[in-house]
Amino acid sequence: MRIKWVEQLFDKIEPTFSEGGKLGWLHSTFDAFHTFALTPKTITRSGSHIRDAVDSKRSIIVVIIALLPALLFGMWNIGYQTAMSTGAGADWHWIYMWWFGFLRMLPMIAVSYIVGLAIEFAFAQYRGHEVNEGFLATGLLIPMIVPVTTPLWQLALAVAFAVIIGKEVFGGSGMNFLNPALVARAFLFFAYPTHMSGDKVWIASTWWGNDAIAGATPMGELATGSAPSASALDMLIGTIPGSTCETSFIAIALGAMLLLFTGIASWRIMLGVFLGGGLMGLLFNAIGGNAYMELPFYYHFLMGGFAFGAVFMATDPVTAAQTNAGKWIYGLLIGVFAVLLRVCNPAYPEGMMLSILFMNCMAPLIDHCIVARNIKMRERRIGK
Amino acid sequence: MKNTDLIKLPFSKNNPILVQVLGVCSCLAVTAQLKPAVVMAVSVTVVVALSNLIISLMRNTIPPRIRIIVQLVVVSTLVVLVDQVLKAYMYDVSKQLSVFVGLIITNCIVMGRLEAFAMVQKPWPSLLDGLGNGLGYSVILIVLGFVRELFGSGTLWGYPVVEKLGLYNIGYENNGLMIMPPMALILVGLIIWWHRSRNKDLVEQ
Repeated sequence: MRIKWVEQLFDKIEPTFSEGGKLGWLHSTFDAFHTFALTPKTITRSGSHIRDAVDSKRSIIVVIIALLPALLFGMWNIGYQTAMSTGAGADWHWIYMWWFGFLRMLPMIAVSYIVGLAIEFAFAQYRGHEVNEGFLATGLLIPMIVPVTTPLWQLALAVAFAVIIGKEVFGGSGMNFLNPALVARAFLFFAYPTHMSGDKVWIASTWWGNDAIAGATPMGELATGSAPSASALDMLIGTIPGSTCETSFIAIALGAMLLLFTGIASWRIMLGVFLGGGLMGLLFNAIGGNAYMELPFYYHFLMGGFAFGAVFMATDPVTAAQTNAGKWIYGLLIGVFAVLLRVCNPAYPEGMMLSILFMNCMAPLIDHCIVARNIKMRERRIGK
Repeated sequence: MKNTDLIKLPFSKNNPILVQVLGVCSCLAVTAQLKPAVVMAVSVTVVVALSNLIISLMRNTIPPRIRIIVQLVVVSTLVVLVDQVLKAYMYDVSKQLSVFVGLIITNCIVMGRLEAFAMVQKPWPSLLDGLGNGLGYSVILIVLGFVRELFGSGTLWGYPVVEKLGLYNIGYENNGLMIMPPMALILVGLIIWWHRSRNKDLVEQ
């Protein structure tokens, strides 16, 4: 689809921003908006290339569309949880619940984008690089995986930390070895633990009542040794307290289908994470001993950030393993470690974040081993 | 090399932590608060300077094959002295630093200067070199201790700065990550980043 007037507008202002133009120093900034709106016209000149019509900007947009079901459901769930726990209950129309959540999420998303993009543009401008589109997804992911009560200044700090330490020091998008959104969450988790766990952070208070509302997540309940009060169906739909947009398995599954259908996320990694988590869950079932160990294995998929992490975090193409065999190992181990951490380490109620970050670090090593093994096998085949 | 350079260079282009990347272990371990960081900085400076001087005086009599053992004996003697002084006069800080005073023996800066400098240089330059490197190490330790205590605990030298400023009342909170050693590593990384962008000739091709 070509939009004439957009094209004409960019053509008209382009000379001002190119080298030698009046605003030539803003070239990176101009380039970012230009390539965001229109597919670049540049032609590959040397060597033989395979060129896909879907460049990384277009694929990021698909990721954002895939996030929408979880985001929209998450907004409604924020309102629903507040309505249920303040006793307002059925008095709130579902549209009002969604509106309440929307107003809660909007400042968080705005802060995340403003802080993150400001830093990205500053770096690109300073280094004379193109502005990379990776942050469009990261900036939306960060507010989706934190508790709704996270103070905005802490969120801003975490975003700045993630963009600078998680990404820019290594050379920007594509060079980072850790998932920036999870770096932001890990920063919050370690820097301000009282805002990231416990039973006081998951439910937004209303504007007229400032007291924090208590409401434990299923995993919070399990960590204290009791069985979760929410049913598996509640967790499947997502009407449970939790980080803003990670509660609904169904909404995440919708996004997962789009990602798998378009081939943007690796099905090997996604399946691997669920298989690994399920196997570990079954293993703990066999051992038994406490409520957490005897939990049916599929509960692990439904609780906390497991599904969200498996679909949107583990499959990040930059930080995941690149080889096909490597993707299986990478995915399986994420699932295994996530459940292991959940069940065996009471200090960390949610294992998904740490296990993905850990496997992000291991991914290059896995790839290295797979490639080395492949070389050895081929050498043997030619009879060395 | 001029004698003034021996003192000056460790602060800029030959900083033991930022450029040689030595002594990082202790700089992660003791800088959660300013006071132990300063005490550690002073202790290491004293040990590096004196061991440099002593080894330099002995350098012509040390058989090359057992020089490491001889160096270790000198360094550990000095470290034990420092440890005893700390226990006698600053018992609480000594408790806080615990094993890290003893571990000055294994601080790479000490061994590095002995091997690289004191074994082949006259006593006076050796003493200056030890002082310079000790002070270069101290600067980083004090900066880290300052930042980590201020943002991690909201105090400076035990004085509740943030509370007196009334920042807690407007929603400010201490950053728990600052007290953890990984954050010290990240801070050192940031300082190295800044340092190398100022001194382009340090950047390897």
